[in-house]
Amino acid sequence: MAAPASAYKDRQFLAVIGDEDSVTGLLLAGIGHVTQPPDSQKNFLVVDSKTDNAAIEEAFNRFTTERKDIGILLINQHIAERIRHRVDTYTAAFPALLEIPSKDHPYDPEKDSVLRRVRRLFGE
Amino acid sequence: MSGAGNREAVFPTRQSLGLMKSKLKGAQTGHDLLKRKNVSEVIYHDPILPGISSYEITEITRRIDEAKRKMGRVMQIAAFSLAEVTYAVGGDIGYQVQESAKSARFRVRTKQENVSGVFLPAFESYTTDGNNDFGLTGLGKGGQQVQRCRETYARAVETLVELASLQTAFVILDEVIKVVNRRVNAIISEHVIIPRTENTIKYINSELDELDREEFFRLKKVQNKKQRDTAAQDAEMRLKRDAAEKAEAASGSTSSDKENELGTGDILGESEDADVIF
Repeated sequence: MAAPASAYKDRQFLAVIGDEDSVTGLLLAGIGHVTQPPDSQKNFLVVDSKTDNAAIEEAFNRFTTERKDIGILLINQHIAERIRHRVDTYTAAFPALLEIPSKDHPYDPEKDSVLRRVRRLFGE
Repeated sequence: MSGAGNREAVFPTRQSLGLMKSKLKGAQTGHDLLKRKNVSEVIYHDPILPGISSYEITEITRRIDEAKRKMGRVMQIAAFSLAEVTYAVGGDIGYQVQESAKSARFRVRTKQENVSGVFLPAFESYTTDGNNDFGLTGLGKGGQQVQRCRETYARAVETLVELASLQTAFVILDEVIKVVNRRVNAIISEHVIIPRTENTIKYINSELDELDREEFFRLKKVQNKKQRDTAAQDAEMRLKRDAAEKAEAASGSTSSDKENELGTGDILGESEDADVIF
């Protein structure tokens, strides 16, 4: 099934929701982008223990549904865990949602929403 | 007998006829629904229905699995190099980096790949030139580490982009499979289930008709036989009655006297035994 070109052709940025270290590293790689003022929106969100889940969810919604220029959304797995219901029900192809490990939380394939879909497809 | 070839194994009763009829109705409704969805989703958008083999799916999922593991390793290395930077610079650079992010140097391009009839999107990373944000980060000290860290993270992000391509491909294939399954279901119900149910209904109907005819024939036979029996009985009765009347009319004593004489004669004759001499 061919997705219409409008669904992805403007998607050229990566977005990230992560802890400080992950975000810093990814920004160093050069993915950081701030849109033109006045509504200068960042494409990254730093989450620490003080950030509440509503803020994470809001950022998640902004990156996945509101903004049309995000191609890939990276999210730390332990943060995805905090809004798991939202992540698990996300099934759209664009932007691609990727759960990444963080320094303090090694990657656990069992929790990954996509890998779980893979397993379900094979009936495991 | 119609529908002997392809029908369900049922007893031809009225109950199963009712069952079959409701089944046919359900199949037709379901088929209409499937068909309606299919026409809009598959046939018009995607004239070449993909022949995705399970092999391709397995291949993609295997690669996803592999890439996710690789990502774990790469991100670990990247995190380590960031720790090196923090150590070399002698403080946290996070804030500085976040503040100086203005325009993305690292971007992705989405394009489509044709994998056996399905268009799968693929991300391709590229860097824009002349866009060097963090020029001053680590200016005092640790510039080399910062540079190395940037390269490490750039490589890590490339891996992530690759993984995102695979994952998107999987998500889209998953959708395609669902659509294909629907289509297969529609075809099966069109070419297998509905004709078979119809055949079964025809078969049951013909059997029931046959039973009806048999029953009718039997009833006729019974009726015939009854009529014949009554006629025979009547004739017999009439004969008897006639005989009785005749006998009454010719009620002569001769016949009865003769019988009496014969009877006595016999009795007398019996007494004429040879004498027993002592």
